[in-house]
Order: sequence, then structure tokens, then C-alpha cells
Amino acid sequence: MGATISITVNGEQRQVAAGASLSDLLAQIGLDTRKVAVERNLEIVPRSSYAATALAEADQLEIVHFIGGG
Amino acid sequence: MDGTIPAGPTLDDDSWSVAGLSFRSRLIVGTGRYKDLEETGAAIEASGAEIVTVAVRRVNLGDPGAPMLQDYVDPKKYTYLPNTAGCFTAQDAVRTLRLAREAGGWNLVKLEVLGPPPFLYPDMRATFEALEALIKDGFQVMVYCSDDPIAAKRLEEMGAVAVMPLGAPIGSGLGIQNPVMIRAIIENAKVPVLVDAGVGTASDAALAMELGCDAVLMNSAIAHARRPVLMARAMKAAVEAGRLAFLAGRMPKQHQADPSSPLDKGVLGRN
Repeated sequence: MGATISITVNGEQRQVAAGASLSDLLAQIGLDTRKVAVERNLEIVPRSSYAATALAEADQLEIVHFIGGG
Repeated sequence: MDGTIPAGPTLDDDSWSVAGLSFRSRLIVGTGRYKDLEETGAAIEASGAEIVTVAVRRVNLGDPGAPMLQDYVDPKKYTYLPNTAGCFTAQDAVRTLRLAREAGGWNLVKLEVLGPPPFLYPDMRATFEALEALIKDGFQVMVYCSDDPIAAKRLEEMGAVAVMPLGAPIGSGLGIQNPVMIRAIIENAKVPVLVDAGVGTASDAALAMELGCDAVLMNSAIAHARRPVLMARAMKAAVEAGRLAFLAGRMPKQHQADPSSPLDKGVLGRN
């Protein structure tokens, strides 16, 4: 097994392979990227940059979507 | 008067616009608090609304395949208006809407920054702060606000594309508690005014429109009705009726009778 790094996704600790991209993470979770938005360390990551965004140790990610609301 | 009907808006061409977008329905509905997403979709369809408000929340990582709102309320058919419900600071509101913009790809948003329970009354100081940041960031902002004509005017001057005073506390269903102030806001405003929050039943929506609101925004009044889809239809009719009554111009009120049938001549038994 290769080296892993530790990141936080929506408040939960998670291990991912070192060198993984944001695209890899979203695929691993199983999310339809067209329906979510991602914030990494308080910065929005444009959808077009998911593949080019390499995850780093201690990254704080927020993955959100639309739900019913008034 | 020559008997012709004067030209003027009818229900067919009486559209309104906000942020350069034109809409025919004057009812904006929330998508929260329904039994399930199927009922959400059915009620929204019945309401005839073209704009729906939506909230932004963390994805449940444990259930990534769960049905999503977009599967039942098609973003191609309805204009999604992301809100900042649950935000109690300007910073959280701005952060939420930046994410919403990325998720949806548009700039039209609803800002609400609330004070504490039990009233969740708009926190206007935080609302001003958030509005300033959002406008700098290129958003078109419809703003939930207190029923305060001065505050509403200030929002407009800052660049809000619509002001949305509450009729009563969120989810209270108490109806329009403040018709005088709502009217004052409308008379002063150059941007659309919407009553947002407080509507409980169809007559409340009609009253808001009779006061001259450009549109009405509601969620619980439909979602928490015993039969939400039926209430959605009622609200559609009420908003249309209220709008027509506003355009028609109501008769003056007076404190004595004024009979509709002539009393001065031809009454049987009178000489």
C-alpha cells in the first residue's frame, strides 16, 4: 500500500493516497460532480480545476450541494 | 368613458423582472420542509412558480447516491435562487453563496442573515455587511429584511436588486402583520418589493399583492398545509387574484351604505 495523507472532508477525517487529485477524491466518494461545489481551505475550487488540484496533507475540504430550503 | 376597456396589463402580459430576468409568475416558492422530494416537485409544479429558493448544505458522504433536489426540481425549468438560511454571520452568508454560485453557475441569490431564535428576525447590521461584500463580488442580491422603510431604502441604494421584508416571523404563518410598513416600503422603492416570510394562507398572499408587492415568497404555508399540492394551487390563484385587484384599483371604503340598486325611483309601493 502506498503512502497516504490525512485530510478533512465535511468535518470528517479521511485518508487518501498521496498525490491524489480532487477528482480522484470525488470519484472515490461517488459524487456526481455536476451537482456539487467544493471549497478547499476556504477557497472555492472551480469545477474545471478538480483534476488539476492535488490534495495536500491537512487540507480542509467542504463539499456542498443544493437541498430543499425556503 | 366610451365603454372600451383601457389598455393595461392583463394576466397574460403582466410580467415583472429582477436583475434583468423577466418572470410571469409572481409567486416564488421554497423547496424545504416537504415530506419528500416527490411532494416537493409536485407542489412546485402546482404553484406555477418560476423561481424556487434552495439551501446549500454539506453533502452526506455516507450516502453519496441519495436522490438530489435537482432530480425532482429541474434547474433547467426553474430558476434556482440559493439562500443563506441558517447563516447568522455575514461571513458565513458570503461563503455559502460563493459555493452556491459554483454549484449552480449563476449570480442571482437571496441573502438572509438572521438574529437568534425564537424570532429569527433579520439582523440588518450583518445583512448590510454581507450585501456589501456580495455586490463587490458580482452577485445580484435579493435581500430578506426587516419591515423598515429606511433599512429597505438603504439596501436599494447599496445595490440590492430586490428587497424582501417579512410579513411575520419565518414559518409563523401569522400573515401580513405590518401592511402599513409594507406599503411604505413599496411606495419608496425603485426595485421590486416582495413579502418574504409570514404568509400562512391564500388570503395573506392576496393581501400582499393587493398592497402592491411585485411578488410573494413562501415555503411553509405550502409545505406545512395538510395538502401541500392543493395549497400550492390556492397560492397561485391568490397571488394572481391579489395582483389583478391591485391593478384594478379597489373601491374606496366608506362608513355607510351605498346601495347598488337604485332607491330613488321605481321602487314598488313608493309614490
